[in-house]
Amino acid sequence: MRTKIALPWVIVSLVVAVAVTALVFSMRGRGPRVERGEVAEAAVATYVAPGDLDEYYLFYSGGHSGNVFVAGVPSMRHIATIPVFTPYPSTGYGFDKESREMLGEYTWGDVHHPALSETNGDYDGRWLFVNDNANNRVARIDLRDFKVKQILGPIPNISGYHGGSFVTPNTEYILAASRFSVPLPKGTYAPVEEYATRYKGVVSGIAVDPKTGEMSVGWQVLMPPFNFDLGDAGKGPSHGWAFWTSYNTERAIGKLEVTSTQRERDYIAAVNWRAAEQAIRDGKFTVIGGVKVIDPKTVPGVVYLIPCSKSPHGVDVSPDGRYIVASGKLASITTVFNIEKILTAIQNKNFTGEEDGIPVLNYDAVKDAEVNVGLGPLHTVFDDRGYAYTSLFVESAVAKWKLGTWEVVDKIPVSYNIGHLAAAEGDTVSPDGKYLVALNKLSHGRHLGVGPSQPESSQLIDISGEKMRLLYDAFTEPEPHYAQMIKADKLKPIEVYPKEENKHPHAIWDVKDAKIERRGNEVVVKMLAVRSSFEPWKIEVNQGDKVVIHLTNIEQTTDELHGFAIGEYNINVVVDPGETKTIEFVAHKPGVFPYYCTNFCSALHQEMQGYLLVKPRS
Amino acid sequence: MERFLETANRFFDLPLGVRSRLVLLVAALVLIPTYLFPLWQMTLYSNQFPDGLRLYIYSHKLEGARSPRRDDLREINTLNHYIGMRPLLESDFSEFKWIPLMVGIFFILALRAIVIGKMSNLVDTTVLFMYFGLFSFWSFYRRLYEYGHNLDPTAPVKVPPFMPPLFGSQQIANFRVHSYPGAASFFMVGFFLLSLVAIWLATKERRFREISPGAIG
Repeated sequence: MRTKIALPWVIVSLVVAVAVTALVFSMRGRGPRVERGEVAEAAVATYVAPGDLDEYYLFYSGGHSGNVFVAGVPSMRHIATIPVFTPYPSTGYGFDKESREMLGEYTWGDVHHPALSETNGDYDGRWLFVNDNANNRVARIDLRDFKVKQILGPIPNISGYHGGSFVTPNTEYILAASRFSVPLPKGTYAPVEEYATRYKGVVSGIAVDPKTGEMSVGWQVLMPPFNFDLGDAGKGPSHGWAFWTSYNTERAIGKLEVTSTQRERDYIAAVNWRAAEQAIRDGKFTVIGGVKVIDPKTVPGVVYLIPCSKSPHGVDVSPDGRYIVASGKLASITTVFNIEKILTAIQNKNFTGEEDGIPVLNYDAVKDAEVNVGLGPLHTVFDDRGYAYTSLFVESAVAKWKLGTWEVVDKIPVSYNIGHLAAAEGDTVSPDGKYLVALNKLSHGRHLGVGPSQPESSQLIDISGEKMRLLYDAFTEPEPHYAQMIKADKLKPIEVYPKEENKHPHAIWDVKDAKIERRGNEVVVKMLAVRSSFEPWKIEVNQGDKVVIHLTNIEQTTDELHGFAIGEYNINVVVDPGETKTIEFVAHKPGVFPYYCTNFCSALHQEMQGYLLVKPRS
Repeated sequence: MERFLETANRFFDLPLGVRSRLVLLVAALVLIPTYLFPLWQMTLYSNQFPDGLRLYIYSHKLEGARSPRRDDLREINTLNHYIGMRPLLESDFSEFKWIPLMVGIFFILALRAIVIGKMSNLVDTTVLFMYFGLFSFWSFYRRLYEYGHNLDPTAPVKVPPFMPPLFGSQQIANFRVHSYPGAASFFMVGFFLLSLVAIWLATKERRFREISPGAIG
């Protein structure tokens, strides 16, 4: 009897037990774990002991911060910030006369793709160029002192300067292109409904003086209003060519997310820049916005279009210059074009159409392979053993594949949503392999919480072995769009400005030369700074005077920087050893204002001060 | 034939004993938590969401996992728009109105069977519940099919129409989608099984009291 009654209750309890188990089970996470690699090995691989130096420099673009960040690899330690398009009180950038004039009317820029200068296709360690996507400028940083020496722009006719600042193999040109077509010249009004016909894209080469690095507009080519995105310069067999990807070849307006993604293919624009140079020499140009612009309708042979999987982002030339690798970000393939096939197709006029008079090459005749790398391929870099590494935004991964066999051999997940990637000298003719940095757009809180404004995540990946190995998570401020990794011994930065090189006309080196001179309403001060005083320590002016201070830091010892701030006058410059900076302002407020050294210098740093005395108007 | 009908009539007139009524009471109570737990759950894993985006389908609502970091339903809808999938909106599902209503009705039907204590009520309830369960399942299947097949042709990313998994896991673009019944479904099945147990108990109780074995075939 008892056993007979028990059976139904067994079933009842079983039902309840199953339901509860299901409940508990459903609460548990079952996601794939991120492969972190062997923790101890990774730690050793990235540890740079105190006092030791990193093997590589990493120059990150700082995106809309307007800065460039400098880190060491493999430690991933942030070492310095180079302000480029944004005032930066830490180094006094944008407060002294010279840098203020360079910045012009803008207080920010959108730093995109840093490019190291090259000689014979290899980094020569002389300059770093960065483009400003917002205000269409390009800056040159001298790697001797890591300071901006020139800002060119806003460049005429270039609007939305995203397609740079990649350089040709001997830094003949920096690439530039319009991402946001506008009516030309700038300042022209045309309704956006007339976008397809009256708005114009432009691709351009910014010429670089091989000795001084001075930048100027070289040539420009008028293009249909596509959105020109990223570029790369040919090398080896493709030397003399410049390539840009383009999206919105639909020439659409409105919600581009939909309207610009309807065609199956967009284009790579291939510019024969030697032909462009020749056209300029032959006078085959029109002047638009004050610069020489080639119209491909009237000058054939300068530019061709190569169909590419839709909405492409990166176009990258392999180290040997044979392959042009383009990634359609809405596809799961990366397309590899062959320069020999491109040249043959051009020669045989193997075209399948044209856009505003620009021939479109036959896709099947110029492509070598469609590599099935994975979802959302963006950008490709290379190593020293014939492998290519493509970032996969949608898939949040890096795919490693072999040039020639087109075989994907490895894939590593990254955290999360990778944009660009940078390998050690991975865009030169002789990449180093070893390291790769994944520049991820999202960090999803893989760091201590810092509120809703999140940093970006940059992950160091070891690419020396067969399998990629994640080594380190680093976090950077927005927003690394691209980076350059150069062997540390290729750079020989100075540590002080030698006195004999200081050519500033108002530099002084002796206390007896310190003086204040008045010329009408202008007060000119020749001042020096040395541990631990300013000379003169007192400046008396009248309210409304223009004050000009030429401040020389006469130190010749490394790290002996002096700051110069005037309280409540919004001034802070920092003068490096051996440097002279000019500070200009109008003493509009009466009263007594202390000035002092902001950059800690010595035991008596606190005593390094003086007074600006502004006598009120009558 | 007559004999069979007689047997059937006798069967449906059977009174329910204490034990079967008790089991039925448990069955009715088991329906209550179906309001508290999801009927079905889908989890979407990818490299950027290693902990998975979680979607819970309750009898009366659609909900994504929520944390201070994320609202999964909103995130799923945002991602789905790239492939042109319609956003999952609670208001588009009539199921969320009729399923809870039906569950309530079955609760009352179970109580009715307990009070009246007749086999016919119990069988009604059980058979109707089985139909309700299968219909709900079909309805859910149809929904998934529609979401996976009515993709906006102008979507930026074009994917071939697909059937999201109902049981098990499947790779859809960069997501590994796991789909499994939730606790409420187990409670629903529990109700059904317990109803069967109650029927069985009732027939057994009767055998003990009156008629010889074999009468009900």
